[in-house]
Amino acid sequence: MKRRDFIQQVSATTALVTIGGFGLQSFSTIPKKTKITILHTNDVHSHIDAFGPEDGRNANKGGVARRAHLIESIRNENPNTLLLDAGDIFQGTPYFNYYGGELEFKLMSKLKYDVATIGNHDFDNGINGLYAQLPHAEFEFISANYDFSNTIMDTHVKPYKIFIKDGIKIGVFGLGIELDGLVDPAMSKETKYLDPIEITQDMTQLLKTNEKCDLVICLSHLGYGYKTNPNKISDLKLAALTKDIDLIIGGHTHTFLPKPTVVKNIEGKNMLVNQVGCYGLNLGKIDFYFDANNNKSANGTSIIV
Amino acid sequence: MRFTYLIYLLYILLLFNCKSPKEHLTKIEGKQIQITDSIAGDADIEAFIKPYRTHIQKDLDSVLAYSVDTYTKTEGAFNTAIGNFMADAVFDESNPIFKSKTGKNIDMVILNHGGIRSIISKGNITTRTAFELMPFENSIVVVAIKGTQVDSLISYLCKSDTPHPISKLKLSVDKNFNLIEASIQGKKIEPDKTYYVATNDYLYNGGDNMTFFKPDEGLYILDYKIRNALIDNFKKVDTIRPVRDDRFIMKK
Repeated sequence: MKRRDFIQQVSATTALVTIGGFGLQSFSTIPKKTKITILHTNDVHSHIDAFGPEDGRNANKGGVARRAHLIESIRNENPNTLLLDAGDIFQGTPYFNYYGGELEFKLMSKLKYDVATIGNHDFDNGINGLYAQLPHAEFEFISANYDFSNTIMDTHVKPYKIFIKDGIKIGVFGLGIELDGLVDPAMSKETKYLDPIEITQDMTQLLKTNEKCDLVICLSHLGYGYKTNPNKISDLKLAALTKDIDLIIGGHTHTFLPKPTVVKNIEGKNMLVNQVGCYGLNLGKIDFYFDANNNKSANGTSIIV
Repeated sequence: MRFTYLIYLLYILLLFNCKSPKEHLTKIEGKQIQITDSIAGDADIEAFIKPYRTHIQKDLDSVLAYSVDTYTKTEGAFNTAIGNFMADAVFDESNPIFKSKTGKNIDMVILNHGGIRSIISKGNITTRTAFELMPFENSIVVVAIKGTQVDSLISYLCKSDTPHPISKLKLSVDKNFNLIEASIQGKKIEPDKTYYVATNDYLYNGGDNMTFFKPDEGLYILDYKIRNALIDNFKKVDTIRPVRDDRFIMKK
């Protein structure tokens, strides 16, 4: 090594050390900021075409092609986007009767859905009918409280999935509704329904404590809430009885909310429950802003809905 | 080259330092975006859907039968032509299936008036007619119940002010809706005999307050949708001309 190079390198080292020493301070003036966008649908029920102009309730609304366009423009604006579906993909138009869900899955793949959970109507052609359509889905299915181990779906459904977007770790787990009285046992076969609260406790422990996810999202088909049956588990109830969930994306009850619901969890912390009605009429969009500035985080998280 | 490594190492440390003030969740913004006609459809997606849509529309419009008149569920008390057609079609199409599965015959059929979802218009009957008449995926089930429960079924029908579709069951009531006579396939109903009643899974599970199916002595799932039974029936009959008849009447 030439002497001159040596000196240059030594001084460079010194300089770096110096910067390193001031590192925390100097970087805090331009902190790293990350925005994670969560897009979601639920209970699309095979509504591929938009409603026609004559429709009594939803005239000129919905439609997969429009949703595709909207999602693409949001992704262009923020590549750190996840697209989720909370189940009941199947059943509702002749597209399902004729093709058994093939087109629904193919289109969701084209729209680049990241993950979906399973709704009761997704069993409408039996668990075999759901399995038969899996080759058309380029996204994964998650459900933590359906035990499929004695069924054909075994190994094809994971309890949760972890995504990392620009250094932010996002854990998403799935929950399904009780099948008894809703799905003919001949259809769901030996699918076992497990208690959503117990499973959620396991999932949040795993995703928050063990995996140290920055965001924990529950993708649920439990239903938003049941006023006439307050003992029935729902998204609102689950939210209030558990901790470490940032967002519950729901389905099943076809609930149209004017805005996402802020719920206090068992620790008194605010979190969100959302659902966007049905039939692909709406797209839910939740933006999570992360900031490395410690002073800001000390003030807690502001929720704007 | 030791120093070069050291520099790299410092760079790495420095990078970690940059990262080390861990990012915190500071703000959450939630909203809902309506999908309306103000958003242009993605052309590739449209093109992808088109052949599927064309095929379905062609098939839905394929002619299965002809209807000599227009039939609606509001024409008639106690029984309607359209309801009689549906209940009879369910009997005709599902009895051979039930017989081949169990060796037994269906005794009677009960559906619900609310389950007739549209009219049958005079003229060509297409697959679309069947989808309009029965948009739901309900399937035919046969429930084995005792004659005593058939009695509860009959009192449900007598009390209800609605012409629920029935087949093979015959009833007459007086002007106070009290039962005068009831028979299944021409025979009196015996309390201890087991009857095989075809209905749909929704009603079996208590839909429309039809609570008389439980407890049952057996449930036979035919794996046969009501709509498919209607389609199969339309394909067979060529022309339909259902009538109101005397299966459920009020005697003055």
